Amino acid sequence: MTTPSSGHGSDPVIEVKDVSRHFAGPARLFGTSASVRAVDGVSFDIRRGETFAIVGESGCGKSTLARLLIRLLAPSGGSVIYDGQDISGLSESAMRNLRGELQFIFQDPFSSLNPRMTVGAIVEEPMQVHGVGGNSAERKERVAQLLGRVGLRAEHANRYPHEFSGGQRQRIGIARALASGPKVIIGDEPVSALDVSIQAQVVNLLEDLKEEFGLTLIIIAHDLAVIRHMSDRVGVMYLGEMIELGSTDALYDTPLHPYTQALMAAIPVPFPNARPMSEGLSGDVPSPSAPPPGCRFHTRCPHAQSRCAEEKPTLEQAEGERWVACHFWREIERPDAGLDAEPARAEATTQRFELYRSWSEAKTKADASA
Amino acid sequence: MTSATTTVKPEAPSRSESRIWNKLKSSKSAALGLILVLFFVGIAVLAPLLPIDDPTATSWGAIRKGPSAAYWFGTDELGRDILSRMIWGAQASLLAGVVSVAIAVFIGVPFGLIAGYFGGWLDGIISRVTDALLATPFLILAIALAAFLGPSLTNAMIAIGLSAMPIFVRLTRGQVLSVKTEDYVEGARAIGLSHTLIIVRYILPNVFAPILVQATLAIATAIIAEASLSFLGLGQQPPAPSWGSMLNVAKNFLSQAPWMAMWPGAAIFLVVLGFNLLGDGLRDALDPRET
Repeated sequence: MTTPSSGHGSDPVIEVKDVSRHFAGPARLFGTSASVRAVDGVSFDIRRGETFAIVGESGCGKSTLARLLIRLLAPSGGSVIYDGQDISGLSESAMRNLRGELQFIFQDPFSSLNPRMTVGAIVEEPMQVHGVGGNSAERKERVAQLLGRVGLRAEHANRYPHEFSGGQRQRIGIARALASGPKVIIGDEPVSALDVSIQAQVVNLLEDLKEEFGLTLIIIAHDLAVIRHMSDRVGVMYLGEMIELGSTDALYDTPLHPYTQALMAAIPVPFPNARPMSEGLSGDVPSPSAPPPGCRFHTRCPHAQSRCAEEKPTLEQAEGERWVACHFWREIERPDAGLDAEPARAEATTQRFELYRSWSEAKTKADASA
Repeated sequence: MTSATTTVKPEAPSRSESRIWNKLKSSKSAALGLILVLFFVGIAVLAPLLPIDDPTATSWGAIRKGPSAAYWFGTDELGRDILSRMIWGAQASLLAGVVSVAIAVFIGVPFGLIAGYFGGWLDGIISRVTDALLATPFLILAIALAAFLGPSLTNAMIAIGLSAMPIFVRLTRGQVLSVKTEDYVEGARAIGLSHTLIIVRYILPNVFAPILVQATLAIATAIIAEASLSFLGLGQQPPAPSWGSMLNVAKNFLSQAPWMAMWPGAAIFLVVLGFNLLGDGLRDALDPRET
């Protein structure tokens, strides 16, 4: 079986092969309850130096997948291969040595920093653990550099996390993640807990740092607009499975899977009139402890046919680097994502824009002649 | 980007320790508790230096004398100075309170940390044993242990410490269970810290506050327990002074010499009140929800 993790001719830094994670259900007095299949048979690879995004609704298993990638959780099945080494079976102490190269940024900046440690100690700790950064004075120096690099000041090292705002705390978390000199950083919704205005700053910071330190970024998110801005490739998850995978632009322009299409249609746009009203998804996500047979999306899919309820689609290669898990992706009509359409403006709005344009042109001329 | 970095308040960084201290001082009852505790600790520590009579020196000429200029608190049935016995008794009571709670904390907290952090069968064993110990009333357990170990102040402290220990196991375990789910503990694992370091640097400092409160309140309970054991003859052995054994003797002379029972009773009441007020004040001051 070909999977997206077999042979692209490129250089994978992490290969995920048929990885699963099942959680035991609540204990019962009689019999056993069904386990929750948070991640079920997911395969893909992450290329060195790319930004890979994983998207999906709440509860689709994306945070579990993120933790499986760096063995914060042990997989129930399948394997995760980092730099040619299968880390899914490594002992806890052997894994500890690798953790300097695989770092994690948490979603909630208010619970991800130890309230009893100073910012300096928080950022310095990974260097101590992995024996990098030289002696104590050199490490302090590097802490100051890192704090400066993420947009904080060196003297902030003596303060405690509760003295900072959410955005600043997330920067501290990023500085800590960078401290041990990692090769891969996984962000579990790194900006979703922040104000929208701060989100852009942190996203830009992550992009700059990626270039500067030659990182591979894996971003988990549910905000599709953020993903489009930062990532090279996107994997879409639904109920513990990866249902579509492809380069960001291709996937956003022509989503192949009906679920991806529904997600794209749900992106808020500045001019709603520019897009025909699409029918949103109806119904709830089925329980991951009792996923529907066949295609897991068939209960909510507008294009579902009888085959979908019986036969499970596998992730198959569509055009080029596109992968999709749907029996009928060729037949399904692809709606225009509609993001690029020229918005229709009201007449008054148009007049105001004209007025502003003529004013700014006049101003430019005046400035030039002055 | 600079705008985000300038929102930190420019004034001197407020340390949480000084905030707790200020809250403690501003509460009247907590301040009263602190004063009472400091007073008794002061006389206990200074007992050898104070210009008082030998607490074991008997005087046949002054048996069961009421309070007077010579004997401020009166004398007991052997003519010993009650004031000096009270002061030396404070030493026994506070020592018993502090040492037995220290025993309880140093055994109970590590077990609680292990049970809460690792879970599984370790937690199962530790929790079941704790439940079994908690099912026995505190004082009964202490009396049984003290009787088993033999009557002496040291054995009474060990007995009280072991009896108070299960509370600390259960409290610590519960706190660890809630702290363990915080992202920063997972984050500590993500940077590759060992379990020992995670427990010492991440778990313990964040479960410390409720343990401190419980320890303060437990000292009050332990002082009563020591007085009870001494009353029953299982604690401090005569002629060494102890509030509990003083009460035991005084009960025989309640009508003839009521002061013999009054002073140790009042002292136990005040020192226990002091520790309870201090513990309550600490609980309020350490509560992060009201700032």
